[in-house]
Parts: sequence; structure tokens; C-alpha cells
Amino acid sequence: MSDPTVPLYQKRIPIHPRSVKGRFRTLKTGILVLAYLVYFVLPWLRWDRPNAPDQAVLYDLPGRHFYIFGLTVQVQDIFWLAGVLIIFAILLFFVTGLAGRVWCGYFCFQTLWTDLYMMIEHWVQGERPARLRLSKGAWSREKLIKVGGTYAIWLLIAFYTGLTFTMYWVDAPTLVVDFLLGRASSAAYFTVLFLTTTTFVMAGLAREQVCVYMCPYARFQSAMFDHDTLIISYDQQRGEGPKGRARLGKGLKTREERQAQGVGDCIDCGYCVQVCPVGIDIRNGLQYQCISCALCIDACDVVMDNQKWPRGLVSYTSENALNGKKTTLLKPKTFGYGVVLTAATAVLIWSVVTRSPYTAMVEQIRQPLFTRLSDGSIRNTYEIKLNNKLTAPMTVGVRIEGLAGATLDMDGMDRIDLAPQERLKLLARIRVPPVAVKDNDGHEKNEKDDMERAKVTFIIEALEGATAEPIRRKVPFYLPDND
Amino acid sequence: MSDNMQHPQQKTGAVQTTGHSWDGDLQEYTNPLPRWWLWCFYGTVIFSILYWFVYPSWPMGKGWLKGYGTVDYTITDKASGKLLEKKDQPWNTRALLLEDLGQAANDPKRKEMLAKVQAATPEQIVKDPQIMEFVRSVGKGLFGDNCAACHGQGGQGVVGLYPNLTDNDWLWGGSTDKIQETLVLGRKGFMPAFGAVLKPDQLDDVAEYVLTLSSEAKPSEASERGKAIFQGQIGGCYYCHGADGKGIASVGSANLTDKIWAIVNVPAQKTLQDKKAQIAGFVAKGVNNTRIMPAWQNRLSPTDIKLLAVYVHQLSGGK
Repeated sequence: MSDPTVPLYQKRIPIHPRSVKGRFRTLKTGILVLAYLVYFVLPWLRWDRPNAPDQAVLYDLPGRHFYIFGLTVQVQDIFWLAGVLIIFAILLFFVTGLAGRVWCGYFCFQTLWTDLYMMIEHWVQGERPARLRLSKGAWSREKLIKVGGTYAIWLLIAFYTGLTFTMYWVDAPTLVVDFLLGRASSAAYFTVLFLTTTTFVMAGLAREQVCVYMCPYARFQSAMFDHDTLIISYDQQRGEGPKGRARLGKGLKTREERQAQGVGDCIDCGYCVQVCPVGIDIRNGLQYQCISCALCIDACDVVMDNQKWPRGLVSYTSENALNGKKTTLLKPKTFGYGVVLTAATAVLIWSVVTRSPYTAMVEQIRQPLFTRLSDGSIRNTYEIKLNNKLTAPMTVGVRIEGLAGATLDMDGMDRIDLAPQERLKLLARIRVPPVAVKDNDGHEKNEKDDMERAKVTFIIEALEGATAEPIRRKVPFYLPDND
Repeated sequence: MSDNMQHPQQKTGAVQTTGHSWDGDLQEYTNPLPRWWLWCFYGTVIFSILYWFVYPSWPMGKGWLKGYGTVDYTITDKASGKLLEKKDQPWNTRALLLEDLGQAANDPKRKEMLAKVQAATPEQIVKDPQIMEFVRSVGKGLFGDNCAACHGQGGQGVVGLYPNLTDNDWLWGGSTDKIQETLVLGRKGFMPAFGAVLKPDQLDDVAEYVLTLSSEAKPSEASERGKAIFQGQIGGCYYCHGADGKGIASVGSANLTDKIWAIVNVPAQKTLQDKKAQIAGFVAKGVNNTRIMPAWQNRLSPTDIKLLAVYVHQLSGGK
């Protein structure tokens, strides 16, 4: 039963990570700069599109179009989004199985924004000891200015993050002006307010609580891990030795002295714990809180370099390697994920590259199924839905084949000019003269309905403004049974 | 998982388990919840209470707590634009729907297209793909609401009762102008009953002659006798159907020479005798007060009537 000494709820213990320099810190900063460049600059890029918005990346919801550089995604192509999501999911499995929580440590926006917020904190309030002193100390003029200043800068970043997000959905320059003049839509104000709040709270206040308590990914990582997966781990054998870790002291200065005493290489300086953004001690082994940011590796490397001892007391390794076995990266699991990932990516690229500049659907109007005309000929009617997916005008032609004697009547609209991105429904009538009605034997017969069913093929082709394979749609043509 | 995958605190014994165990060794930690989680929980409780007062929530006797949220909607008469109903109701999904419908009538695109229909002549409308798309879409609704009860959803009619509007045979004329006239004023079909005028064998002869007009029967002695009745003073059928039997649109008489049979279902009969019997039976009875199309001028707006005329015209093949 639960121990009464364990409280039901616990207060968050603020974490004040110490800064560190090293390979992984440089890599992380590089990724951060790159990601921010993409996120903050992208909405400002222009892309010359005649008859359509000139923003390079624009998700135009009211207009039902996504513009991504040279690609215009139509509503009916939205399944590409499903493809992208599937690819991302498999990529996540693939990378996690191979290299652990790479996403969490380097790419996740929670990590990136928290990182930036910590850098600002460091810049305004100073290094860890200064921040600790400030947070524990009573409210003073200094504390007020420094903490207030930090919050103010955080808030500005949060606001601009929210504003930038909103720019992806409407024309960016117009939005900024409208927003500041109070003319933007309420949806824009709500989105900015919402994202400002969440960015500020999540990256400024909640931080590791998001990874530990809110994010489901941390919890199912163990399902993707195996003994060969890259993890960040402390080399227990080397660090502890037979008698455990010990601080540098008299008679414990060099490796030789320490080994003679049975003491490991870990000098228990605590640097790896101090740099950890989620506040764990990596020397306790793999923990679900660990986001694999690798900063503890950098910290330990700094210490080992100072001692002129070999690096790698804390390092990227695998469980197998830790137990002295070989790490195999090419496992069936990795291979399987790799194959699926490649296949899904290939299908998506193929689908995007071979997209048609227009779509055409033909649907029979089934009430009535057929009409007998005054000269005895039979008519069926159809509705043709055309969609010009280009941002330029095009001309589309409609003709039929495969039904003897049949003629197509579209009130002169069988050659039609479509405006950029125009969607249009047209009526098509097909008429079969009486002689052909009699001759058309060998159709599917339906005894019950006293009807025969023939087939006719509509051929819808781009005549001007685009080159593409003609779209063929085979549809039924109903006739009365003559027998 | 090996030893170093275990929770670090478990080794030191700081973390308690619930004491339950499944499958021998599966246990559940009793880790404390974060404090902020508790505050979020209280937050949702407060939110739900606020929610009760904004939206309908609790049953209260025969009614319910209606909430402070309201939906305003107006219903206007489509033809005249007159305000029929303006309501300010407690929040409910039906009122939301009515609000949406009210806004749909004021949809700028719809208004723009209706103005185009109003301004253009039927001949211009027929040539414009965009307006025709609008006409087919709106016309389908108007037709369904007002015409389909008799003429059927697709305008196919019922043989003997309501004319088929999808074929190219028109009793009263098939131009958009004539269809509009039919809609505005209504029509009343009439044919005298010949049962008292002609003897049964004369009726039979006339029927045979009528069948030769559309090549359903070959000319014979009987059809010649029928022709004499049809074209002569005894029957006088040519007054209305014309000497050539092609009908006269101004009086709404049927064209007897084509393959379309609006009243007598000739194509359904297998033998000549049956076909003749059908026609003779009909000629004996005639049409009186059975084929009436009501006038729509006081029920639909002129724009709706124009739109419907174009819609019906395109159903028939648009010629």
C-alpha cells in the first residue's frame, strides 16, 4: 500500500541548468539556428504565381489551397498530408529504433524553444549559481529587473512565434499591418494569443514537465528501443570501479592512483547533473525523463579533457556495448522500417510528380435513367465535374467513344475555357439514334427492369494551357430492352 | 530491460508501488502527481460550471436550464424578401441551422449569380457555363420543392397523368419563353370525349389511323376509314391536332406523329389490337379537368420562374 510519507502531489523543483560547450552543444545550436531560420523566414518569401497568392508557403484554408513553392495542393490531394504524416511516423520509429530519442533531443519544438528561453535566461540573469541565488533570494530591485526582463523578452519571443505561425495561413505582410492596426480577423488574434500563451508557459515555465508528464512519446519509447539502440549512458564499470566513484582528493589525483585504490574514473563533480535540462542524473542509468540531448556528454568530455583522461565516460552507446557485446545496427527491424519508409516516400513523390493539371469526374444523372426522344432515339444525361488545378487558364475538350452511333451534346460546351483554379460542372447528353438502339446487342441485360446497359467512354483532354494524358471515364448508358 | 533501465529511485526504495501485481512481476508505481496537474483539474471543474450557464445544461422539471448564450436568426420570404420571423433564442442547434440558412440566402456569391440570372435573357444564360451551373444547382432545389410532386424528381413525369419534361416533345411549346409562360399562367389540357359521337368501330378505325401516323401500324382499309373521320367533319380531330397530326402548341394538342406517347402508353403494348384498344378507349373519354398545371406567378418570384424555365428547358435537351 502507498506510503503516507509519499505526498499525493508534488511541487515542481525549478531546474537551473549550467551552460556547457562541446560538440553536441554546437550541433544543437546549429540545428536551432537552422530551424528558426526556416520557421521565421519562410512566410516572408515571395513566389511569383500568376492568378494566385504570391506567398511561397501559404496554407489558404478559405480558398481550399495549400501553396508550397511550385506546388499547389488541392482539396482532393489532401491525402498527401496523410502520406507525409505516415512518413514522419515511420521516420520516427526508424530513427528511434536506431539512434534513440533524436527527435526529442535535437528537433522537437519544445526542446528548441526551451533551449532559446534558457539562453535568454542565462544572458539576462547569469550562470547557474547566479540564477540559483536569484531564485532563492527575496524580492529585490535586482531580482525584479532581471526576472521581469527575462519574462518580457520571453513574452516578445512568444508573441512573435505566434504571429509567425499565423502568417502561414494568410498573406504575411498584410497580416502584420492589419494585426497592428487592429483590423485582422478575430481568428488571427485568437491564434496569436493562444500560441503566445502556450509558448510562454510551455517553454518558459513548464519546460521538462511537458516532456515528463504531457508528451506520450516519452512513454512509448521503450517499445521502440532494443539492446542495440543508441542511448546516452554512463559507463558504470569505468566510472565506478570496484569501490565506487570518488571526488578528486589526496592520493586520488591520477588514474593510476585511483585504479590502485579501486576507485572509478568518475570524479563526482556533478557537472553532468548540472547541465541536464530535465534534472536527472545520467549515472543512474536510462530514465524515461531523458530526452537524449547529449549535453551531459559534452559536460563529462570537458571534465575528462581537463584531467587529460580519455573521453567517453558518458557517451552515446548501446546496452549491448555496455555489456561488452557487439552492437548490430543492421537488424531486421531497422531494415523493415527502412523499406517501408523508402516505399512510402517513393509513393508520395510519385503521386506528387505525376499529379494531373486537372481533374474530371463523370456521373450519370439517374433520374430518369434514359429518355425516349420524338424520333425514337434514346438519350442519357451525365454531369461532368471539371477542376483546373493550375494557376493559369486552360482549355478542356470533351468527346466520347465506344458506343455505336452515339452523339454528344453539351450545348456547345464540349470545348470549354477554364479560369485558373476554376471548378465547373457541365451537363452532357448522349443520344443514340433508333437504328443503333436496335443494333446495339450484346449489352448487359436486366430482365427485371426491362433495360439494357451499354458502356460509353468520356475522354476529357487538355487542349490548351497544359499537357497531360487524357482522362478516360467509362460510364453506363441505359437503353430500353427491345425484345 | 536490463538493470540500468530501471527507475533509479526504485533501487533506493524511495518509490512505493500500489501493492498490486499482475502476471507475477508487473507492479504499479505510486508516483506523486505534479501540483500543476491538480490546478488544471480544478480549472476544468470551474470551466464546466461556467459552461452550464452559457449553454443548455441541467434538466429542470419539465424544462431545462437554458443558459445565457443566444442565437439570433431571421427568416425572410424568398419571393418578396419580407421578414417573416425574427427570433432570439437560447442556444440550440436548430436555431443555429436556421441562422445558417438565413445567412445562406444573403450569401454574396448567391446574390451575385441571382442578379446575373435576372439581368440576362434565357438565350444568354444557356450559353454561359457558370450561370448554367448555378441554374442547375438552384433549379434542382426549386424544382424539387415545387414541381417534383407531379413531374417527378428528375422531371420524367408519369405517363397518362403528368407530362415528361425530359423529352423533346412539348404540348405547349418548348422554348424558354413558352415554358416561362406555362409556369406563370398555368395550363389546362382539354380534349372532347368522342364516346358519344363515334361508334366503337369508328373509334377503332381512328385509333388505327393514329397509329399509322407514327408508323406503329401500316396503312389499311380501316386506317383509311379512320383518316376520313380524323380529317373530316365527323371527328374533326384535325381542328386541334392539325391535318398532318403534328399538334398545335397554342392549343396544347399532342403531336401524334412522333414516338412519344404522353397519355396512352403505346410502347408498352405488345400487339396492334392492344395498342388500338388503348387509344380508342382514351379518345372515347377525352381529357377534361384531369390535366391541369397550376399558375405559379403568385407563388414564385419572377427570377425563380425564369430560373426554373431555363432549368426545365435544359432538362428536355435544350433545343
